[in-house]
Amino acid sequence: MDLTLKIWRQASANEKGQFINYPVTDISPDASFLEMLDILNEELVHKDEDPVAFDHDCREGICGACSLFINGRPHGPDKGITTCQMHMRHFKDGETIVIEPWRAKPFPVIKDLMVDRSAFDEIIQAGGFISVKTGGIPDANAIPIPKRVADIAMDAAACIGCGACVAACKNASAMLFVAAKVSQFARLPQGKVEARERVQNMVAKMDELGFGNCTNTYACEAECPKEISVSHIARMNSEFLISKLASQKK
Amino acid sequence: MTKLDAKIPQGPLAEKWTTYKQDLSPVNPANKRRLEIIVIGTGLAGASAAASFAELGFKVKAFTILDSPRRAHSIAAQGGINAAKNYPNDGDSIYRLFYDTIKGGDYRAREANVYRLAEVSNNIIDQCVAQGVPFAREYGGLLDNRSFGGALVSRTFYARGQTGQQLLLGAYSALSKEVGKGNVQMYNRRDMMELVIIDGRARGVIMRNLVTGELERYSAHAVVLATGGYGNVFFLSTNAMASNGSAIWKAYKKGAFFGNPAFTQIHPTCIPVKGDYQSKLTLMSESLRNDGRIWVPKHKEDAQKIRDGQLKPTEIPEDRRDYYLERRYPAFGNLVPRDVASRAAKERCDAGFGVGRTGLAVYLDFADAINRLGKQVIEARYGNLFQMYEKIVDENPYETPMMIYPAVHYTMGGLWVDYELQTTIPGLFAAGEANFSDHGANRLGASALMQGLADGYFILPYTIQSYLNDQIRVPFFKTDLPEFDQAENSTKATIDRLLSIKGKNTVDSYHRKLGLIMWDHVGMGRNKEGLEKAIRLIRELREDFWNNVRVPGKNEMVNPELEKALRVADFLELGELMAKDALQRKESCGGHFREEYQTEEGEALRDDENFSFVSAWEYKGADQEDVLHKEILEHEFLHVTQRSYK
Amino acid sequence: MSKTMISYSSITKKIIMALAGLFLVSFLLVHLSINILVLFDDTFELFNQAGHFMVTNPVIQTIQWVLFFGFILHIILGVIIQIQNWLARPKRYDKKYPSEMSFFSKYMIHTGAIVFIFLIIHFANFFIKLKFGNVESITYESGTYDNMGQMVYNLFKDGAYVVFYIVALLLLGFHLDHGIQSAFQSLGLNHTVYTPVIKLIGRLLAIFITLGFIAIPLVIYFFK
Repeated sequence: MDLTLKIWRQASANEKGQFINYPVTDISPDASFLEMLDILNEELVHKDEDPVAFDHDCREGICGACSLFINGRPHGPDKGITTCQMHMRHFKDGETIVIEPWRAKPFPVIKDLMVDRSAFDEIIQAGGFISVKTGGIPDANAIPIPKRVADIAMDAAACIGCGACVAACKNASAMLFVAAKVSQFARLPQGKVEARERVQNMVAKMDELGFGNCTNTYACEAECPKEISVSHIARMNSEFLISKLASQKK
Repeated sequence: MTKLDAKIPQGPLAEKWTTYKQDLSPVNPANKRRLEIIVIGTGLAGASAAASFAELGFKVKAFTILDSPRRAHSIAAQGGINAAKNYPNDGDSIYRLFYDTIKGGDYRAREANVYRLAEVSNNIIDQCVAQGVPFAREYGGLLDNRSFGGALVSRTFYARGQTGQQLLLGAYSALSKEVGKGNVQMYNRRDMMELVIIDGRARGVIMRNLVTGELERYSAHAVVLATGGYGNVFFLSTNAMASNGSAIWKAYKKGAFFGNPAFTQIHPTCIPVKGDYQSKLTLMSESLRNDGRIWVPKHKEDAQKIRDGQLKPTEIPEDRRDYYLERRYPAFGNLVPRDVASRAAKERCDAGFGVGRTGLAVYLDFADAINRLGKQVIEARYGNLFQMYEKIVDENPYETPMMIYPAVHYTMGGLWVDYELQTTIPGLFAAGEANFSDHGANRLGASALMQGLADGYFILPYTIQSYLNDQIRVPFFKTDLPEFDQAENSTKATIDRLLSIKGKNTVDSYHRKLGLIMWDHVGMGRNKEGLEKAIRLIRELREDFWNNVRVPGKNEMVNPELEKALRVADFLELGELMAKDALQRKESCGGHFREEYQTEEGEALRDDENFSFVSAWEYKGADQEDVLHKEILEHEFLHVTQRSYK
Repeated sequence: MSKTMISYSSITKKIIMALAGLFLVSFLLVHLSINILVLFDDTFELFNQAGHFMVTNPVIQTIQWVLFFGFILHIILGVIIQIQNWLARPKRYDKKYPSEMSFFSKYMIHTGAIVFIFLIIHFANFFIKLKFGNVESITYESGTYDNMGQMVYNLFKDGAYVVFYIVALLLLGFHLDHGIQSAFQSLGLNHTVYTPVIKLIGRLLAIFITLGFIAIPLVIYFFK
């Protein structure tokens, strides 16, 4: 396959960026999207040009490092996968592919297609955990959890923190990411204990970081590589409402 | 040899860990605040250790090479985590888990460590459930188990095909909790460049900030390396792109002994290689072997037709298929340990029965299971794996058998550590895959997660205190000491040298070449001639690398090529040590198969008389040969037998 | 008020938007049920009677202020949310594929803004006139009322106004199509079985309200 890549290049956070076109030739349809970029980068190194920087690691769709806004969609045209699992067979020979970084105020560009997603870490640090210390824990089977509940919690827990939800959302809202964690813990008996504080703290942090407001467009669910449902957002909304109504002055 | 003291507590096997904990004098809470620990790596071992240290009250600095601690490669583990809970009532026990692990490791692991691992395995499950890890459950609400290779009981806990992810997110949440409280200082996008040793003790590190290129200095009272394995020395492996051996290699060159570098695990169920552009291999969980049956055509002509695309696997009738694992190992069938399954696949493909375009693949067939259990059950068990396969290969595994082939997956070798997980450098600890400790010559499935978390949650938080409790008078270190200057300068010199070569070959081209050498000669089948050749080739390649590699750009920027170059430079040395170790071990055991040493049936032939030891290598300098030390393995409690899964 | 509203948590804003929105939907239904009376008799007796009830009944008059407040809240919050959302993505994409699963959700601020303009004109045409202007009165057996029916009739005989009215109402319909089901999601009500039903009812309701309102000028313009 021969392709033209229209790639966003930006030397660093403080410098202005621009699109540059790169032709690539003779790409195997079985190559993955990132392998195609590897090939481009090898060529750029040979030509003494600066290779394109992008985040990637596991290359099997689970670490959440890879990002890339491909032809207007996070993780490209196929559903339910990350960029690293996207294979070139999904593109047409001769096509021009536009590759942009995630765009959101809380995700500043570091270089080229690489963005800083530490905002997600900060949200988790604000409350995305169950406050248990190591050791002194009751037996794992002490609390039975209905299979259905465990399954729903697992659906939510499948989030890989890639940020596609933010990237896809017209409002750059992080609701699906935050909701996945809130909902996972709110459903499990272990997580119920501090559910009220958790949802308040995580939502407050999310707002503080400058993510947009959710307007229920559901683009996040459509583009989530793990197909996490917006029903978790509803769950977070109700958790939040209950927590607000029940909160008392300290 | 006297330098190797494993510090195994006295007493009966089952009481060693209890005795150790009783005898330990912990650091008093007020003093913990005055002690700092550096943790490199935030995978299962690193994140759990950092979180647990911080909970105890120590000051922790944690580092990850990635943009978030949540992305460490532990996340990719699919199948599950072992524990001796015996929930299914099938006769499991701590002893049985211990026994299976030692036997699975072909009697090349330290008994006391493995027993402790089995002992704390149960606590791990409790801990993870309390953290909100959504393990699979039965309809009654209790935890579900499945079986894994090398075991006759079901003791594997799982969260769909994403167990590693869920466990890591559990550890990450614990770590995040402590970061939020200010007990852990978290540093993302940092790569360890050098270990700083002051007065013979590990006291700090030089880190490269991957965004600015700046070399940063950090000091502490102790350093924990939890940087994972070095399987990427093979270029193509199931490891993540950033997985590397540099941190432990730096430690090795500063005096930490390297244990069993040759012990590499080749995982039998990976998606076969497709083209030379390929950057990594994708694992298909071992759990698939619970329901999938592995076969190749019984007749070479059928195999040939499949390779030529004239025949489909579904068109081959039952009596023309060779379910070779079931044939050779009736007791364990498709669930033999990984090394056995991998070698058997290689044997069939080498003999000309392989399928796929390249002939380097065998079938993993779910037709029987789908008939027996229905598509829905299979989908519930392995849905995400099947989807993953389909995305990569573009074939539907519900309809046509999967194609699989072995690939490098895990390195049992790593920094040599004693019972306390301390390396031969005082104050330097190694946890998880970065140490050599518990898996002997072959790791059983679902044991890596167990070991990582055992080290981090339940072992290091105790054992590190035995080191730290005589450090309470040592004040916080300044980073302007000459030792830091020296370490930073040597790093800077290496970086400058790499950038100044401006040769004609890319870093990846060297990495690929190294990978091929390793795969061909230090891979699944090894022999004297090949290993000697590998050593020679690696040396030549290294020479070439330092003269002709091209690293573009400068240090003071995001420079992935430079990062890779630094890692490949280390792999080019580490690969040689692996070959040397494989050469000296004149026996076959576990994942280490020396073709000269096999039974008439082609099974591994161990030599317990001469090789029942851990090889611990000592670095002596660039121009000197590494020195081999031996930690003799005393099998006090287990009767050593020829490993048989027949 | 808007200053404190900016500091509201995103979900608080969302929930208030939803509650205000649903309240406004109920207002629309009442409004529609009264409007439709204008078609019943040529003397507009029923319609004028109802109108009289609405402007004189103390309960309705009180609710009117709640309604007013609801509008203001919904509008101010809508604007705040939109501005914050624009700020959350300072650099736009070069190419964007429409991933939104609720199509009109993309245009809530646009449809909302036009509906708002319509509202002001609508307000000037009816409400202000009614309160402060001089509306002819008409006497029936049941009593004497302001002849609002005649006013409506006159306006809807103006073709340009009818077109404007219909366009505005269509946009309102689009606004409601997303708004109604969205309010349930915002309030945390999402269910595998009921949510598709809610979405369907929401859409039917949006169509019903829109067609109901549009029918009146059409009938008057063409048939009366």
